[in-house]
Amino acid sequence: MSQFSLGATKNDAGVVVRACPDGPLLVRGADTVMDEDGSEHAVTRPVVAVCACGKSSRKPWCDSTHKSIR
Amino acid sequence: MQLPLERGPISRHVIATLANGEEQASPLALGTGAVVDDADTQLALWTIYELHYRGFDGIPADREWDLGLLTLRRDIEARFERELRDGTRDRLVVVPSDGDIGRQLMDLVAADDSPSPAAFLQRRASREQLLDYLRERSVQQLKESDAQSFVLPRLDGPAKAALAELQYDEYGGGRPERLHATLYADALDAAGLDRTYGAYIDDVSALSLACANAMTMFGLNRRLRGAAMGHLAAFEASSSVPSRKIAAGMERVGFPDAVAAYFHEHVEADAVHEHLASSDICGAMVADDPSLRDDVLFGAASCLLLDALSGGELLERWTSGLEQAS
Repeated sequence: MSQFSLGATKNDAGVVVRACPDGPLLVRGADTVMDEDGSEHAVTRPVVAVCACGKSSRKPWCDSTHKSIR
Repeated sequence: MQLPLERGPISRHVIATLANGEEQASPLALGTGAVVDDADTQLALWTIYELHYRGFDGIPADREWDLGLLTLRRDIEARFERELRDGTRDRLVVVPSDGDIGRQLMDLVAADDSPSPAAFLQRRASREQLLDYLRERSVQQLKESDAQSFVLPRLDGPAKAALAELQYDEYGGGRPERLHATLYADALDAAGLDRTYGAYIDDVSALSLACANAMTMFGLNRRLRGAAMGHLAAFEASSSVPSRKIAAGMERVGFPDAVAAYFHEHVEADAVHEHLASSDICGAMVADDPSLRDDVLFGAASCLLLDALSGGELLERWTSGLEQAS
């Protein structure tokens, strides 16, 4: 099991995180993503977009709200 | 599926040669009018393309390679592509000619200010108008992502890996019930519509056919692989926010959850896919072969153009006062 935790300074081996310019964090290789309240969310697709602007209505996942607040 | 009903001389020619079991379609000259919004020509093209997808009941599979049909297809494609190139020139002229292709694609999408049906569907559309939308989009969504799969063997390296990653998600990540085309069929079902592949082919407009046909034209012609992936990038990048609105519209009129579920899935999935398509696929393709840049942008602009034409047509239909009361 590997896990990507928001706010973590170090990721487990095998998890790759890429920041998109003005956009979300693309996370590959994680089984779960932990949100700011500590709740774990299962990763169900090969790559997930994690909200980086804080405005998503379905956190921890990006819902593209950042586009309307640019 | 059954052969569609003809809509004019060109589709009649195509459907008749298939239905009559001819050895090979005879030559046919196109008229002089535009093809992008011509229902007859678009249906003819859709029918010829369908031979490469799933074919028609009772029609021999080798009609896929009927030289008469392939010749007609090339004639229609040449006209269709020229009209798309002419129609997208204004959108492309404002894009800086160099720089990061991912940024160029995002700028192109951001610059599009065409009226979108999504806001109307969210707030005002009647139940019947929402059903109309589901029917119109069914000709492309019931084979969602299939056109882009034709591009896979034409790519290599990082672009191929990224397209495969994106398609794996589109195809349900190993779970057949999560195939996006199946989610769309489930949505049709839940809304009381027919989930059968091709069920609404006789009902949809020329522009709905054109939207689907553009993807197939780009996907089937290796020469246009850049356009295919640029189209995909624009499609994904202009999907997440509208999907959220459309889901809200479907919920507003009280459809069962499976209807909105299709659109909810696309809020999250396409927020990922737009980055995969623009940076990982198009970025890698252009880095590998800079001559593809113009076609990547052309494909993206074509997607936006067709969406604008099709969306404008639907909005006009829904707001002209002729619509059925909810």
